[in-house]
Amino acid sequence: MSVRTLSINGHAVAMATGTTLLAAAREVGVPIPTLCHLEGLSPVAACRLCLVEIEGSGKLQPACLTPVAEGMVVHTDTPRLQDYRRTVIEMLFTEGNHVCAICVANGHCELQDRAVEVGMDHSRLPYRHPDRPVDLSHPLFGLDHNRCILCTRCVRVCDEVEGAHVWDVGWRGEHCRIIAGLNEPWGAVDACTDCGKCVQVCPTGALFDKADTTGEKHADPARLGALVRARARGQQTR
Amino acid sequence: MKLRFATVWLAGCSGCHMSFLDLDEWLIELAQRVDVVFSPVASDIKTYPEDVDVCLVEGGVANADNLELILQVRARTRLLVSFGDCAITANVPGMRNRLEGAEPVLRRGYLELADGSGQLPHAPGLVPDLLERVLPLHELVPVDHYLPGCPPSAARIRAFLEPLLRGEPPLMEGAAMIRFG
Ligand code: SF4
Ligand code: SF4
Ligand code: SF4
Ligand code: FES
Repeated sequence: MSVRTLSINGHAVAMATGTTLLAAAREVGVPIPTLCHLEGLSPVAACRLCLVEIEGSGKLQPACLTPVAEGMVVHTDTPRLQDYRRTVIEMLFTEGNHVCAICVANGHCELQDRAVEVGMDHSRLPYRHPDRPVDLSHPLFGLDHNRCILCTRCVRVCDEVEGAHVWDVGWRGEHCRIIAGLNEPWGAVDACTDCGKCVQVCPTGALFDKADTTGEKHADPARLGALVRARARGQQTR
Repeated sequence: MKLRFATVWLAGCSGCHMSFLDLDEWLIELAQRVDVVFSPVASDIKTYPEDVDVCLVEGGVANADNLELILQVRARTRLLVSFGDCAITANVPGMRNRLEGAEPVLRRGYLELADGSGQLPHAPGLVPDLLERVLPLHELVPVDHYLPGCPPSAARIRAFLEPLLRGEPPLMEGAAMIRFG
């Protein structure tokens, strides 16, 4: 196993080739906020919350996707990055409709958590209040597009872990949204196995169990990492 | 000299004011340290006075009366506090913004959802006209402090007011102070 040595916020770090900057930073106790990243799913760098500065490069790089390299000098928490992160969170809040008080995920929402971490007590960007639909066609679960932050965790878990590939991303720009099947009502997509993995990994209240009401969704996305590790080691029970 | 203290209720459910009343016995301490010069829950004065030091404003700006009052509050207040999620994000009242305009909102509420006998409210000078969109305070006037929460808990309100009364800026960080919802 070859090793790369680099510096993260002044800590000297030695990591195996292929390790991401995010994993390396966490290894040495440097927190980097993330939203689209989830252990057990392929990285896509969709949310841009984990951007870091690398000396000598004018471009910010997503820590969740960038591998360590020899001699890298990385900064994860500069004033510029702090400002960008708060702006990213403000964009996520203002582009959809996040009415936390009446949300199924209130109090257990990763977007709320990140908002606290970046110090957002109000948004400097104006609220758009777009008209977005809610899909309640599935017998067990619902999808409220008002709360979707397009992290694509649902798309990836359904494709990569459940193998059903119910979800995709449709359209672009402000019309971009998660679609089921060929843009069908979720309940009409036969491929869905009703496993609920998408609901479990969704960081917000966008995907939810219909039995849950305000503040009752307590998802545990980290369970996915355990499932994927168990599979990799052949620890299935049957 | 005592601080001149006010609270104002715009487009909100009054829950933020109810939470303020949940300060219970600390309200007595507060009353000893400030003069309440305007408040729907602690004063009978009908016109917003001049020279107010601190004002907590609940609710977004949804109609012509709200707009008139917030402009007055801003002009006559040293520290304007956006009090609760409705004031900060438009929150629940802002959910009507997706219908795009006052007219569709009134049609929806008074005609489409009425059981046959509905009519649009029309009482000029009595019922204030709805604005096209509900706006958070800071999209209309400069705001000095933000106190999130729906409602902000009594503990959060107290932790905000205590430093403010001493003339220090409140430390707005961490889930206990700034989590929405
Ligand atoms: S998804 Fe999270 S941020 Fe959005 S409304 Fe629900 S609790 Fe609030
Ligand atoms: S539904 Fe949830 S998991 Fe899927 S993209 Fe939206 S926020 Fe992410
Ligand atoms: S923030 Fe919540 S409690 Fe306060 S007025 Fe709005 S809906 Fe009511
Ligand atoms: S966590 Fe890296 S871009 Fe979303």
